[in-house]
Amino acid sequence: MTTPLLEVSDLRVAFPGRGFRAKPVEVLHGVDLSIASGEAVGVVGESGSGKTTIGRAILGLVKPSGGRIAFAGQDITAAPAKARRALAREIQVVFQDPYTSLNPAMEIGDILTEPLVMHGATAKDARARVRTLLDQVGLPSDAVRRLPREFSGGQRQRVAIARALAPGPKLIVCDEPVSALDLSTQARVLDLFIDIQRRTGVAYMFISHDLAVVRHVSHRVSVLYRGDMVETGPADKVTSAPDHPYTQKLLLAAPVSDPVAQRARREERQRRAQAEAAGAPAGAA
Amino acid sequence: MTEVGVLDAEVAPEPAPAPGPGRRSPWRRLLQDPQAIVTLVVLVAYVVLGLLADVIASHGPNEASLQAYNAPFGTDGHPLGADSSGRDILSRLLHSINTSLVSGLIGAGVALLVGVTFGLIGGYYGPRLRSGTEWVFALIQTFPGLLLLIVLMPITKGDYRFTMLIFGFLLAPGVYRITRNQVLGVKNELYVDAARVSGLTDRRILGRHILMAVRGPVIIAAAFMFGTAIAVQSGLAFLGVGNNQVPSFGAMISEGFKNLYSEPMQFVWPSLALGILTAALVLLGNSLRDALQGARRKPAKIAAPVVAPGAAVGSASPAGADDAGAVLVVEDLAIAYPTPSGELREVVDGVSLRLGPGETLGLVGESGSGKTQTAFATLGVLPPEAVVTRGSIRLEGREVLGLSERELRTLRGRSIAYVPQEPMSNLNPSFTVGAQLVEGVRASTDVSRAEARERVMALLTRVGIPDPERTFRSYPHQISGGMAQRVLIAGAVASRPKVLIADEPTTALDVTVQAEILDLLRDLQSELGMAVLLVTHNFGVVADICDRIAVMQEGRVVETGETTEIFTAPQHPYTRMLLGAILDEETVRTDGPAAVAVPLGTDA
Repeated sequence: MTTPLLEVSDLRVAFPGRGFRAKPVEVLHGVDLSIASGEAVGVVGESGSGKTTIGRAILGLVKPSGGRIAFAGQDITAAPAKARRALAREIQVVFQDPYTSLNPAMEIGDILTEPLVMHGATAKDARARVRTLLDQVGLPSDAVRRLPREFSGGQRQRVAIARALAPGPKLIVCDEPVSALDLSTQARVLDLFIDIQRRTGVAYMFISHDLAVVRHVSHRVSVLYRGDMVETGPADKVTSAPDHPYTQKLLLAAPVSDPVAQRARREERQRRAQAEAAGAPAGAA
Repeated sequence: MTEVGVLDAEVAPEPAPAPGPGRRSPWRRLLQDPQAIVTLVVLVAYVVLGLLADVIASHGPNEASLQAYNAPFGTDGHPLGADSSGRDILSRLLHSINTSLVSGLIGAGVALLVGVTFGLIGGYYGPRLRSGTEWVFALIQTFPGLLLLIVLMPITKGDYRFTMLIFGFLLAPGVYRITRNQVLGVKNELYVDAARVSGLTDRRILGRHILMAVRGPVIIAAAFMFGTAIAVQSGLAFLGVGNNQVPSFGAMISEGFKNLYSEPMQFVWPSLALGILTAALVLLGNSLRDALQGARRKPAKIAAPVVAPGAAVGSASPAGADDAGAVLVVEDLAIAYPTPSGELREVVDGVSLRLGPGETLGLVGESGSGKTQTAFATLGVLPPEAVVTRGSIRLEGREVLGLSERELRTLRGRSIAYVPQEPMSNLNPSFTVGAQLVEGVRASTDVSRAEARERVMALLTRVGIPDPERTFRSYPHQISGGMAQRVLIAGAVASRPKVLIADEPTTALDVTVQAEILDLLRDLQSELGMAVLLVTHNFGVVADICDRIAVMQEGRVVETGETTEIFTAPQHPYTRMLLGAILDEETVRTDGPAAVAVPLGTDA
């Protein structure tokens, strides 16, 4: 077995508590996760589960309080600033909110060329590359002269994807990349993610609260509940026939877009909730 | 500082997503302001006059001539006359301009350099470094400025430039504060995180991404500080502090003051020149503020909208017969917003809906489809700039459009109630949950405080809050989003309304909480016999709770029907497209992990 592209083991993250001499609050209690080259791994969880924090720890935006993060066999848990900047060519990000993840005062062209030039490309090469990137994400090449606010949410998210692809990374952390988008745009952007992965072999860590989204793009899925990884497995298994009671609860709570199937699902969920209230083994809670 | 209109996207209609050419830079906005043009022209004229001082004036500023002693206005060779030392007033005025501008440049320049640099550092880096910079700047601010400048005269040797350099440091805390606050506001923005992930150095992030976002207020402050520095320099010169060989407005005013009764014009000229200069700077600062910050619209205030003459104003019940068996009827409703060019743009265009008693109607559409606008119109809470161009909204046969705010208030709460999308922002953080609910109950019914409290407690229990007593005493930030939504639902159903308008009531909630809230809405509806108008973009929610659906696209209802019918046999292509875009249970990813890593751009 070859070393996975990304290996997270026993990751712990704690944030300082509020108030004088308050104890730090641990939001991740030892999480394991591995992502192979070219693989898409979904991380599902509700708000407060710590799913975004895992992504931010991998990106070096929060400092882990314990555990280890290794990228291509190399320990990057507490990489110094310089090593971290070099990692920018390998690990990239697409954030949730396309409205705040692009600098409102910069033209699209500048947003995309800046990191390329920073990593040593000439201005001419960078411009040529930006044209290729815009084409890859399905935006017109005259977009370079425009400001982010001239674009719709879906188009902005395409710009953010182009920015992530710019240095030719091996892994992209996608933090709820479609949850701010309209339904029809959501499906198109997800298809773009899959298409890019097929062509470039980039790996994704796909963070979402939505089982349907994760099911659509992921090969494997991990479920996070209050800072603990409760279940990991193949996407269709975890998102359709999960083992863990919490994942089952999550699945039953997600409404199906079919009135008949949804009625059945609702009744199943209510039946279980009643059983739980009556004192049957709760499991998840 | 250039971000416009994102905040109010909730209420105002979404701008057309197509990228348009309508970009207006702040500089162009500035040049459309007559005040800015006048002040800029004045300032440029000052600079040019100052630069050409030696060319225009035929005498040096300190060149004294006995013949010219107190020469009056219009004397040959001394167009503005001469002072009591026989020095040419015009020449001294022109050279004073240079002194003032250099003072302003040094004072404001040093303040900007020091304040912005440390503001960026103090704001961006951790609290430990910040407390250091904070302490130093607080200390600087405690110095009595003018006094310090006078006391330091032996060190500065009376050189006004050195004095202004020190004054720049005294002005720096103000700039530091502005910059630091702005940086704290933007440093957690996602685009700054994205820049960090892109491998940009801190220096580059600070110098480009953050400085760009904070420059607006700093530019505005710079214009005011420029004026302050000039005024302080003149003030010191007026007091006679510093080198009296340097021509300056202050020194000229001081001399003119001595001859005020014999030669009043000697006092008037420098006062006028200084007054116009500082006034121009202050007014330019105000114009800059308008151009750089004024573009952001204030959050829309909720008030009764304008109803255009064509709409069914006041008509008691024009089509009463149609209303049989419906509690809420919306007929041919059109809502428009004024565009910047003054024309009206319709965001809702001829919407008709019927809501039967006890029925749940799902109003479905994507962002910008006008679904929220339609819901707001039925509540009478459209933003004031909205214009209802035609149509009619009847609640139990009574026309809602055109009602006064007072009449609407009696309707809201009693006949029609509202559950919002963001539960947290719809609770006032400074009052307890219980106080807010009691106030709501007492506003819509005549009951005593104790009775109202009792009713609220019963409602809190009814909406499934585990410890109602504690929730009653809690402040909004002490309860979760799901609990807050339960509280708002309790408030909405308190007076047993006939119609409940729920605008994306579960969008901000986790799925497990969403399921519980939908269950609660369903139970309350059958218990109270309410009709529910549910605005949503989520077809799962529609499938779960709605009896009928109206699909909206670009301000029109394109399809209406029973929920099961629309899901099984959608007629309109747009509905079919929406249903096709749903990520359903079957769309599992089937292809394996991508095998080879090909760098992007090298593939075909």
